[in-house]
Amino acid sequence: MAKFAKLSFQKDEMNQKLAAFFQGMLENGAVDAVLAPMAQAKNGVRMSLVTSAVHTARVDPFAPIAAVSGAKIASSLTVRPSGRKVAMVLRPCEIRAVVELSKLKQVNLDDVLMIGMDCLGRYENTDFAKFQEQGGTSESFLENALVGKTATDGFDITGACKICEFPAAENADMKLAAIGAGAGSVFVEAVTPKGEEALEKSGMKTGETPAGRDDAVKKLAAARTEAKDKKLAELRDEVNSFEALADKLAGCVNCYNCRVACPVCYCKECVFITDTFRHNGEQYMMWADQGGMLKLPNDTMFFHLTRMTHMSLYCVGCGQCASACPNGIDPMPLFRACAEKTQARFNYQPGRSVDEELPLAGFKSDELFEVTGQVK
Amino acid sequence: MSEFEPQIVAFFCNWCTFTAADLAGTSRLSYPPNLKIIRVMCTGMVDPKFVIKAFLNGADGVLIGGCWPGDCHYINGNLKARRRVANLTEVLKQYGIGEDRFWLRWIAASEGTMLQEVATEMTEKLKQLGPGPLRNLGQMAI
Repeated sequence: MAKFAKLSFQKDEMNQKLAAFFQGMLENGAVDAVLAPMAQAKNGVRMSLVTSAVHTARVDPFAPIAAVSGAKIASSLTVRPSGRKVAMVLRPCEIRAVVELSKLKQVNLDDVLMIGMDCLGRYENTDFAKFQEQGGTSESFLENALVGKTATDGFDITGACKICEFPAAENADMKLAAIGAGAGSVFVEAVTPKGEEALEKSGMKTGETPAGRDDAVKKLAAARTEAKDKKLAELRDEVNSFEALADKLAGCVNCYNCRVACPVCYCKECVFITDTFRHNGEQYMMWADQGGMLKLPNDTMFFHLTRMTHMSLYCVGCGQCASACPNGIDPMPLFRACAEKTQARFNYQPGRSVDEELPLAGFKSDELFEVTGQVK
Repeated sequence: MSEFEPQIVAFFCNWCTFTAADLAGTSRLSYPPNLKIIRVMCTGMVDPKFVIKAFLNGADGVLIGGCWPGDCHYINGNLKARRRVANLTEVLKQYGIGEDRFWLRWIAASEGTMLQEVATEMTEKLKQLGPGPLRNLGQMAI
């Protein structure tokens, strides 16, 4: 049975209360460090690693921004472990990516206390700057988003967030629960024994539970799932040929930012930046000769299709690819539409469990007979 | 107008299917010349990129041929290939390349006649289907 601790706050005090919780965790030795979104000196919110309790004052976990996927940062911090216990405050999509990366041996979860926050969406980085300029705070965002108002003057949460069916984290030791918590409060939930121990050490009083939470989460997830199904069905109808795909990707300049931003694009060195794709002049001329002309930079479709094949099984739908594109291409629905099919084929859901094998890392003799249709 | 002749890129494993093609030849079994055979050491080394590139460069069909499960020279390369093919099929289907254009078949070294049958069947199928979606898109837009 999960344990809850309630944080009640007055207006504009939410982050102070959350800071007190993290301060307690650090001071009482529940963890040695906290990785969480923190207010920067002037503007903006970035993931920051805090080892000194005084700096917890800056925590701002519910800020609607994820400038870089926290999963990539979790990977940097743990792939060669420090041996120090760290609490990581991550979004549900980031946690799902972390689960995938741990199976790929690019995250080590040994010393990690995973804290999953309720996520109602994020703004694009530039939109978040506007949001702050307009006086928006995490508290005001939560208040509005919880009643479905995420759009403000001229911008809204990202397309990926609008169709994300995971507003609450799974596979977390603890959760920061805002959905169904009631006005003026958030809950800290301890899910696993590890989480319970940390909650106890943090000095927080447990007791009251958020009564309407489960229903509120389910309702939001259902609405988002409906939006996702609609969006992906439309996309499948629209982009159903190579010609349509080429059209969608027409603005691509092969910068590969989408690949860099993708938390589950796991190759240490991408083949598209190796010598395999460094050709000599004669080769280009030969290609040009084939059809009389060659678009350059070439291999744009090749890159995107390869990526779809390579990581759609692990795509968590975070939308960082779309945020990273300098030319306004939205690869997110393309990848999610693909991912839904490949994941269904292997009955695989990225981020569901660290114990589930990566589909392309294994094989069985008695499976997938329909591929060849041959029986001996 | 002459009949449409499909171009099929065929990745055959060295130990089984390529040997079957050899056997078909020495047995004087004729099969359509539409197959452009590429000998690979194992179906397990057929990178999905090879298949994607073949289609992007205008192939009408891709055939991967390997040893039956249990017969792989490298023990299980063909089983890994099967998962990869299932995965890639889902991606290609979305863009109009269905399972009728992208085949994986087990053909043992002794099955020269089966190679003849598969090659004929696939060629006939593709003749009915017509040119692949990228025949005319070529290098211009991709």
